[in-house]
Amino acid sequence: MADLKVRNLKKAFEGFSIIKGIDLDIHDREFVVFVGPSGCGKSTLLRLIAGLEDVSSGNIELDGKDITEVAPAKRDLAMVFQTYALYPHMTVRKNLSFGLDLSGAPKQEVKDKVENAARILELDPLLERKPKQLSGGQRQRVAIGRAIVRNPKIFLFDEPLSNLDAALRVQMRLELARLHQDLQATMIYVTHDQVEAMTLATKVVVLNSGRVEQVGSPLELYHHPANLFVAGFLGTPTMGFLTGNLGQTAANACEVKLDARANISLPLATALAPGSKVTLGIRPEHINIVPAGEGLLSVTADVSERLGSDTYCHVRSQSGEMLTVRVRGDFAPKFGETLDLSFDTAHCHLFDDSGKAIDKRIQSAA
Amino acid sequence: MLTLKQKRSLQSLLVGCAAWLIAGLIFFPIFWMVLTSFKTELAAFATPPQFIFTPTLENYLHINDRSDYFSYAWNSVLISFAATALCMLVAVPAAYSMAFFETKRTKGTLLWMLSTKMLPPVGVLMPIYLICKSLGMLDSRLALIVIYTLINLPIVIWMVYTYFKDIPVDILEAARLDGATTLQEISRVLLPIARGGLASTMLLSLILCWNEAFWSLNLTSSAAAPLTALVASYSSPEGLFWAKLSAVSTLACAPILILGWISQKQLVRGLSFGAVK
Ligand SMILES: Nc1ncnc2c1ncn2[C@@H]1O[C@H](COP(=O)(O)OP(=O)(O)OP(=O)(O)O)[C@@H](O)[C@H]1O
Ligand SMILES: [Mg+2]
Repeated sequence: MADLKVRNLKKAFEGFSIIKGIDLDIHDREFVVFVGPSGCGKSTLLRLIAGLEDVSSGNIELDGKDITEVAPAKRDLAMVFQTYALYPHMTVRKNLSFGLDLSGAPKQEVKDKVENAARILELDPLLERKPKQLSGGQRQRVAIGRAIVRNPKIFLFDEPLSNLDAALRVQMRLELARLHQDLQATMIYVTHDQVEAMTLATKVVVLNSGRVEQVGSPLELYHHPANLFVAGFLGTPTMGFLTGNLGQTAANACEVKLDARANISLPLATALAPGSKVTLGIRPEHINIVPAGEGLLSVTADVSERLGSDTYCHVRSQSGEMLTVRVRGDFAPKFGETLDLSFDTAHCHLFDDSGKAIDKRIQSAA
Repeated sequence: MLTLKQKRSLQSLLVGCAAWLIAGLIFFPIFWMVLTSFKTELAAFATPPQFIFTPTLENYLHINDRSDYFSYAWNSVLISFAATALCMLVAVPAAYSMAFFETKRTKGTLLWMLSTKMLPPVGVLMPIYLICKSLGMLDSRLALIVIYTLINLPIVIWMVYTYFKDIPVDILEAARLDGATTLQEISRVLLPIARGGLASTMLLSLILCWNEAFWSLNLTSSAAAPLTALVASYSSPEGLFWAKLSAVSTLACAPILILGWISQKQLVRGLSFGAVK
């Protein structure tokens, strides 16, 4: 069992407030990913949970027990560091068994657990080596093995894959997902890589400058971002944004007059007054290039990125705002060409002046 | 024109020559001292200096007759090792807290500690002499041990601090999460990783203690007198006898030179073995 509750957690370093009041519930067997831009406090939040930093205020509960003041050693958590943090003077075997040795576990039990973890991670042939003699991926495995051996309540990962090369990263990502399945473990994972967040998480927590922007499943966040920040942060290429003003509104529709010289009617209900400033967001896959004259919006083609399977066309609207359009891989407009676009209105997002999503379906951030 | 390769080898040749020259300059006085210790007093004075002579052990025999070398040497060993041990006992926790739990005042504290070394020792001779006297600690090994510990502490803390600074704090945090107490974290993770650096720090502290003369001359007379006091006793009362002085100096340096020589291999290995990255 592992149920973690974080209540109104705050942390300041030398007077600078870094974590500004976070509430969070993490349930047993969840794979929770903290994601956010660099410096938003992801690592700090993780270290607060681990007990490596003292909280400024608020509290942390694990399985109904307040652990805010409990020493890291007594929290029954295991952490995998970005730098791996292996003990350089010990063999892989000793690295794996260190925690169990300290707790005074019987020799045979330690041996069995170490060998079990080594088998899971395919470390058997490396057990007698020193960390110096391992490759980056192997070190990473040892670091994960060190956590597995202890059978902690929660696994904490701080950007564990960021020091690996691209191919290895994809492979380790799959292995981590498998590990989560096999161990039925609760995991908290910090990353600024949104692909990792989308693929690994059962629950994503988007952080921005010390606050939670939104919590939800990866697809929930992708399809129903609660605000401009989340909308712009998740998804590659990023969502395009067009500013405008609200026109006529009705019970389940509203009209938006875009600065890019176009009017669009969206199936959204809003309580905002006509004329209010709004921002329309649309993802590259929800924009279509249509024959001239049939489109909603006329734009000028900028550069295109051809990936083979798809082409991402970057286009400039008449108001100067940039949009990205995803089209088939065999299509590429010429630079400077005029294109007509139509929008998938069911997938348009609308945000009010403060950046909050206008969408009846969304429950706002926790 | 020289090719790049020739330039490189010429360069390394020049650097090699310079290195040998400097090493020779540094080593020459020691060499000359050892040489002189095997001459007769007459030969020791000879101009031009003699390189070829019949070696004699008479100086060493004389020293053996006149003074009890081993009692002095024992004092030196005891005082140096005890002071070094005591010093490390204080320096390790101090450096640990400063390297891994840095606060706003850490840098200032470090500088302040070093600044105590700027005071000339003679400036505090009077008070320390009087304190020792009133505590009945004149000519006691304990007094020298305490004083050596204190005067070497700033340098030793600095050295240990810089070695600790090179160790990524993640490794200690990993140990903490693995369930290690602070003591286990230090003894089972930090010290083994830093052992190369700690060994060279201890060697330096031993050498400093071994060669210290100011306090040993002023605070001891016989019972607690270390080798430096023995050497000094050969320079004053009977005028200068170069050969005998050289012999006693050779005897005084020998143990620490041998220790350095022996530990050299381990030191180098320790230094590279602890490498983390
Ligand atoms: N020990 C510290 N002392 C002072 N400031 C700190 C300390 N640790 C972190 N900070 C500050 O807190 C902020 C958040 O840091 P944190 O490491 O949590 O960011 P992050 O979200 O993990 O970023 P990244 O993705 O780059 O790892 C940063 O602005 C950093 O400067
Ligand atoms: Mg971080």
